[in-house]
Amino acid sequence: MVTIETESQAPVLDEESQAEIVNDLSIQVATVNGSGSQSSNNILMRSIFQMGIPISGKNLFPSNIAGLPTWFTIRASKHGYVARKKEIDILIALNPETAKEDVESLTPGRVVIYEEKLNLSRLRDDLTFYPIPFSKIAAEVVSNARLRKLVANMAYVGSVAELLGIEMVEVETAICKWFKTKQKAVELNIKVSHLGAEYVRKHSPKTDPYRLERMNQTQGKIIIDGNSACALGAMFGGATVVTWYPITPASSLCESLIDYMQRYRIDPKTGKATFAIVQAEDEIAALGMAIGAGWAGARAMTSTSGPGISLMAEFTGLAHFAEIPCVIFDIQRLGPSTGLPTRTSQGDVFSLHYLSHGDTKHVVLFPATMEECFEFSRVAFDLAEHFQQPIFVASDLDIGMNNWMADPFDYPEMAYDRGKVLTAEDLKRLGEFDRYRDVDGDGIPYRTLPGTEHPLAAYFTRGSGHDESARYTEKPEEYEKLMKRLLRKLETAKNWVPQPEIEYVDGAEVGLIAYGSTDIAIGESRDQLREEEGLETNYLRIRALPFTKHVRDFVSRCKRVYVVEQNRDGQLGDLLLLEVGPGVHRIEKILAYSGLPIDARFITEQVLLLEA
Amino acid sequence: MAVGEQQPKKKNVNRIGLARSDYAGQLSTLCSGCGHDGITNQIIKSFYELGVNPYQVAKLSGIGCASKTPAYFMNTSHGFNGVHGRMPSLATGVILANHKLICIGVSGDGDTASIGLGQFCHLVRRNVPMIYIIENNGVYGLTKGQFSATADQGSKLKTGVSNELPAIDCCSLAIEMGCTFVGRSFAGDPKQVVSLLKGCLSHSGTSMLDIISPCVTFNNHDGSTKSYKWAKEHEELLHQIDFIPYFDPIETIDYLEGESREVEMHDGSHIRLRKLARDYDPMSKIGAMRTLHEAAASNEFLTGLMYVNPVAKSFVDSLDLGEEPLCGLPQDRLHPSREALDEIMQELM
Repeated sequence: MVTIETESQAPVLDEESQAEIVNDLSIQVATVNGSGSQSSNNILMRSIFQMGIPISGKNLFPSNIAGLPTWFTIRASKHGYVARKKEIDILIALNPETAKEDVESLTPGRVVIYEEKLNLSRLRDDLTFYPIPFSKIAAEVVSNARLRKLVANMAYVGSVAELLGIEMVEVETAICKWFKTKQKAVELNIKVSHLGAEYVRKHSPKTDPYRLERMNQTQGKIIIDGNSACALGAMFGGATVVTWYPITPASSLCESLIDYMQRYRIDPKTGKATFAIVQAEDEIAALGMAIGAGWAGARAMTSTSGPGISLMAEFTGLAHFAEIPCVIFDIQRLGPSTGLPTRTSQGDVFSLHYLSHGDTKHVVLFPATMEECFEFSRVAFDLAEHFQQPIFVASDLDIGMNNWMADPFDYPEMAYDRGKVLTAEDLKRLGEFDRYRDVDGDGIPYRTLPGTEHPLAAYFTRGSGHDESARYTEKPEEYEKLMKRLLRKLETAKNWVPQPEIEYVDGAEVGLIAYGSTDIAIGESRDQLREEEGLETNYLRIRALPFTKHVRDFVSRCKRVYVVEQNRDGQLGDLLLLEVGPGVHRIEKILAYSGLPIDARFITEQVLLLEA
Repeated sequence: MAVGEQQPKKKNVNRIGLARSDYAGQLSTLCSGCGHDGITNQIIKSFYELGVNPYQVAKLSGIGCASKTPAYFMNTSHGFNGVHGRMPSLATGVILANHKLICIGVSGDGDTASIGLGQFCHLVRRNVPMIYIIENNGVYGLTKGQFSATADQGSKLKTGVSNELPAIDCCSLAIEMGCTFVGRSFAGDPKQVVSLLKGCLSHSGTSMLDIISPCVTFNNHDGSTKSYKWAKEHEELLHQIDFIPYFDPIETIDYLEGESREVEMHDGSHIRLRKLARDYDPMSKIGAMRTLHEAAASNEFLTGLMYVNPVAKSFVDSLDLGEEPLCGLPQDRLHPSREALDEIMQELM
């Protein structure tokens, strides 16, 4: 197996022979963390979105509250490509500390819009520079220094709008949407954005080829981040006990869940909460609470990232072995240890699938789209109660914290699957109950909840060896029997987890396999391979562990299989190698693990290298 | 196993018609003479006497000798033997899911004061409504005699290793962390243990009992403050505790002024504290802390109700939950409407 890394060759734009480039560009706004650029960046992104142009918005930020550099990247693509684009086309340079380096990293022919004071145009002669005095513009209307700094950001929105052809009416709409009822803020920001546009009209004649024009690809779409989509899924999934410990990039999942629950989950009859959200003292306690609640019959969840997953290992083993439902969200970030806490990764695949000591294997769901974040989060609660197991939803920073377009979520119509729970009436009818007996042959036993008023209901839950009646035992044959049943349960789960999405193309010999946020770049890469090289590819997207038999079929139908993922070791690839057997020699890995979201060009180049 | 209406009429039954045997558990596998078995018996006695419905009880524990004991009482209650030191979080989750349950957790000094110190502190700080019993013997029994964090300073193992570290006082720790019902007792004083347990059952927040419970195998030697002999010789009661349950009429015995104090509990029960050598006010946090620190400094073994705040807001109160437990809410109470989803989607457009 080989993994090849190469320097990417970005296309060089020849300044002389520039044709217009319409609705296909990336904008990077370089600011300082905590400077209030979040509003202006979002307004810029939304203005483009409102013009019907597909967009995505990524925040590349430091592990810091204020003062360190931060970059916001907007990609606008008429093709609907929303993955990270490696090349920056338009740099908006507002941060003196990074401006020089940011300018130097651009490829020739690109554009720099910058705060005039930074005096950047002397740095290079192969870029288009637009110096604009943003702070002076803001000073015209605001005397308060702090407010001026915030409002200056809106000046660049106006200037960029003017330069790229974003309609000011859309900027105004986006400002209104962002500031909602804060009328003063709305007025002030609109005013400053117009001043920014006006300055460009008067002083900065356009000389670059990039342009945006109205199209109709975003009608009816929403913009959401994956953490909010997961939160919505959890709310509609009937989560009642939510426990968490703050950690980037997972915190915003529970924080937006708090917002949504306070709006939509207060019982109209009683005025009381139909949920309990608890910020625990650490991730161990967070999972412990979720397990306690799951044991007592609530739909319980916790949300964390890699370091929290490590802390949850022991409790996950307990929930697995004692068969207690709970849902665990892992918004992956770059490890090991503290790693790069604000960068994305798919490095927890092994951890999640095998978490804890002894023989443990868990169901892991990999949402790749906002619709799936919503759906899988909801379904995870059904799976948890159906299988009486911890269920992991593995998202990552790129999915979780960045802005993505999506179709509005379909209203979920399905009844909750509360699993095999026996009531007092059931027990009366049955006349017997053994907590860990495989009555139905699917590996899933029946359970009762504490508080069930029947002499047969009670049993003793333990993380130690137990027999079918939940009694402590050290008998070797009882232990083996239990372990085999747990494996049988995992086999059953293969038919219940989201199946892979597979696309076979006539005549294609190459098969790509990816999952989660890597999928976002795969479509674009496959287009590049087809259009630029005539290379057709089949594609299988894993949506859950354990693997289903489709995966093995796919590998055997393709001559060469490239597993693309965002970790150093190719963790999912390794799991495939274990699973696939005879087809192993066909599998190669393509791996990105810099912490930046994987981009299509990288995948394309790697595929071509391996194909050569 | 059978309980309630399925039983023929019995003579000795409590107010809900159950016999004491209906509160029994499995046979204990602890060492003969273990203090923990005595406490188990007092749990059975107090739950039986107050007529607690065993179906509504959840028994939890961590890992260790003490944590085995929930198997030895109330067979018809659900039990959960979790992982070492993490029973508080499990219990918190159980209560969040179903606050109607009467939750009793049994832990040891290792499970609480070493590996579980953090969770213990946060449990009492939250005032999660549950009974938390520490069966405190100053030693790790299951792993054969290592020091725990409550071991006597200066004590020696058979191997000659000596403990140079001060013992953690679970009572003053609990008070400091905001515990609203703190008692200390001795497994060899069943009467007091029962009175305190009944007090716990009438409390609306976390009630913690630190019960000295000698380990006959590893820490019952002369000089150990966790031995039967020492504890018996040195136990000094702060007061005589009488518990008057809410369903019994309060006896109107006239005590002389200053002879007793009475605490009215959340459920209307009363704890009557009859004065002994000192006039002790269990409602004073500062007084309790001073008493505990002075006792520790002079190696006194004070037992009784150290501190109580019967009106503190419990964790369930502060979460603004409804009467019905969360675990019992049906889908139509949990699933927002189509209009709600439409509204959310509109905002995101």
